[in-house]
Amino acid sequence: MPWTKVYGNKAEFEKLSGSTPGLRGITYKDALLEATTQMLASDKNVFVLGEGVDDAGGVFGTTRDLHKKFGKDRVIDTPLAENGVTGIAIGAALAGMRPILVHMRVDFMPLSMDQIMNHAAKWHYMFGGKVSVPVTIRSIIGRGWGSAAQHSQSLQSLFAHIPGLKVVMPATPYDAKGLLRSSVYDGNPVVFIEHRWLYEHIGHVPEEAYTVPIGKAVVRRKGADVTIAAASLMVYEAMKAAEDLKAEGIDCEVIDLRTIKPLDIETLTGSVKKTGRLVVADTGWKEFGIGAEVIARVVEEAFHALKAPAVRVALPDVPTPASPVLEKAFYPGKEHIIEAVKKMLVRERP
Amino acid sequence: MSIARLAAAFNCFLTHNILADRLRYMPIQTIEKFEVKFLQIINEKGEADGSLVSSFTDSDLKKFFETMILARTFNQRALSLQREGRIGTYASILGQEASQIGSALAFGGEDWLFPSFRESGVLIARGYPMWMLYRYWAGDERGMKAPPGVNIFPMSVPVGTHVPHATGAAWAMKLKGHKKAAGVYFGDGGSSKGDFHEGLNFAGVFKVPAVFLCQNNQWAISVPRKRQTAAGTIAQKAYAYGFEGVQVDGNDITAVYRATKDAVDKAKRGEGPTLIECFTYRLDDHTTSDDASRYRSKEEVEEWKGKEPLIRLRLYMEKKGVWTKDYEDAIAKKALESVDAEIKKAEGFTPPDPADIIRYTYAEPTPRQKRELKEFGWEK
Ligand SMILES: Cc1ncc(C[n+]2csc(CCOP(=O)(O)OP(=O)(O)O)c2C)c(N)n1
Ligand SMILES: [Mg+2]
Repeated sequence: MPWTKVYGNKAEFEKLSGSTPGLRGITYKDALLEATTQMLASDKNVFVLGEGVDDAGGVFGTTRDLHKKFGKDRVIDTPLAENGVTGIAIGAALAGMRPILVHMRVDFMPLSMDQIMNHAAKWHYMFGGKVSVPVTIRSIIGRGWGSAAQHSQSLQSLFAHIPGLKVVMPATPYDAKGLLRSSVYDGNPVVFIEHRWLYEHIGHVPEEAYTVPIGKAVVRRKGADVTIAAASLMVYEAMKAAEDLKAEGIDCEVIDLRTIKPLDIETLTGSVKKTGRLVVADTGWKEFGIGAEVIARVVEEAFHALKAPAVRVALPDVPTPASPVLEKAFYPGKEHIIEAVKKMLVRERP
Repeated sequence: MSIARLAAAFNCFLTHNILADRLRYMPIQTIEKFEVKFLQIINEKGEADGSLVSSFTDSDLKKFFETMILARTFNQRALSLQREGRIGTYASILGQEASQIGSALAFGGEDWLFPSFRESGVLIARGYPMWMLYRYWAGDERGMKAPPGVNIFPMSVPVGTHVPHATGAAWAMKLKGHKKAAGVYFGDGGSSKGDFHEGLNFAGVFKVPAVFLCQNNQWAISVPRKRQTAAGTIAQKAYAYGFEGVQVDGNDITAVYRATKDAVDKAKRGEGPTLIECFTYRLDDHTTSDDASRYRSKEEVEEWKGKEPLIRLRLYMEKKGVWTKDYEDAIAKKALESVDAEIKKAEGFTPPDPADIIRYTYAEPTPRQKRELKEFGWEK
């Protein structure tokens, strides 16, 4: 399936499949823009709100010019009020709308945590299924010089900890478009996490509207020796690592989690039962993070398949530094995955 | 920004500066002015403003009176059920019946209300089944599953967090082009929350059809109204958000009704939100787990007892020849009978199904939850 392919960059995209007739390649950010445009056009209940959504930059291009097409009543640049605006989106959802709330940075979302975890996540449960809160909260994670401690965090596990929320982290343009639609039409609040470094990635994206199911991982690359489960930007690091390891005769299977919550445990255990080894690569912090949950679940369900202790590749337990020199030391990447795989192969259980 | 305003600002800081001497001679203009109105139609002695009270028919007055008696009966029985251990912690509405019922009755059936935890009277006035309220206070979430046609959202126990929800719902009504309004109830304590500011600010900017009903009962648990804000009234805060605020005598049900009805009509005409401060008093403890005598004087409570809402309505109706002792006795008896029947119904209701824990977390159970239903033996 061309849709399940991941391409490292534009050159790779063109080399591998740019020439295939009938397949269109667009960027991740354009895929999000297209999904949003289609939903705004076909459904009056959908609207977009957030700080700066009608800005010329259009949230990294993902909402560009939507206010011109659909009016400032449906593409709303809001007053500066993270918690209040989240509550307003919840109220609108309760009244039958399907709001798409955009937070420029996930780092601002702790301000809206009360509305997200105490209200959006709980209303359906607390009131006997009478009301649901179909609100989609797009939040952007990222990294880069100067973003540092308060502007480049990766807080997915914070949301994934809360019953009643769903958390998705698409890595490819195809998934970005399809998962955004699924999120908007899901009957639950969904936290939709985008990594800023993914916006320029190109991939195959059909023009028509489609959905990608929430809660389904995908095998990006088949392999027999080690399973590397990754999410968001780390999928690309995992693919590069797998490619390098192949040259050394190590055959890796790469799983793109796509959805963090609910976790697709079947795909994970299916793979681990085959390979017996698991590395989890996450953009977030290691402690109490996504890797911890994935490994715990695999241990619970497929312990006897494991030939070696599973390993997490994630952030060290310190805030994000500002200096590029320190950033380089801080972020794990392809090399860390390779190192983890190699260590694992010599640390096997007898 | 006007030069004069800048000048005024400079003046404060530069009094010893030569420049300041010059600026002092520049005219200082008033650029905005506000006044906060207070509405009362029937006073504590049952004396009414003839022109304002004339819009209420005898049957309106009876409806007010009877609903307040019903709510008070519900409330008294809830307090005794709590003492008997038959329901959990309960927040009494005693003294606030007019603020709650007068406002609730001013909304149309198509409007949506967002109550806080102290709004049993609002729910009862909207026709919410009392047996469900008793279930709720006995710790059963199903008690907040409003029946179809009763446009009321579940009570918010977190203080003030539902204010933006009402703004959002009102915004949705506006986007959908519906002629509806959203009303939200919160306390004087709730008005200090960031949610209050954010919700009202957005409502003002986007001119949404919302009515913000502050139930100023003078206390937020043990915090008196004066320590909640230095502002003279809560109503005046609306002007900072660019819309009208009014204070009403919250113990005068006719005033509460009039102010709310005007605000609802205004919202539906597309003229934006209103903040109504109902000036009332919490005659009971904060909840059944509180002892208010530790932080407020008996004298204060006694004084407010004389102003409570049933007394003046009774006096006024008597003067009009609408109230008699026999009439009230009959109403009270009927209220007690129906409350007792509701309690019986509440206590006879089936206990919740453990599978509900899983059933209602998400719109559809996740794969893991489906498995758990089997593992826990909860699957039907
Ligand atoms: C967000 C939040 N903070 C604190 C509390 C604890 N609490 C419950 S009621 C209350 C006082 C509320 O006072 P007010 O808003 O005046 O309403 P009233 O109880 O007088 O009706 C407090 C602090 C809470 N429920 N939610
Ligand atoms: Mg209060």
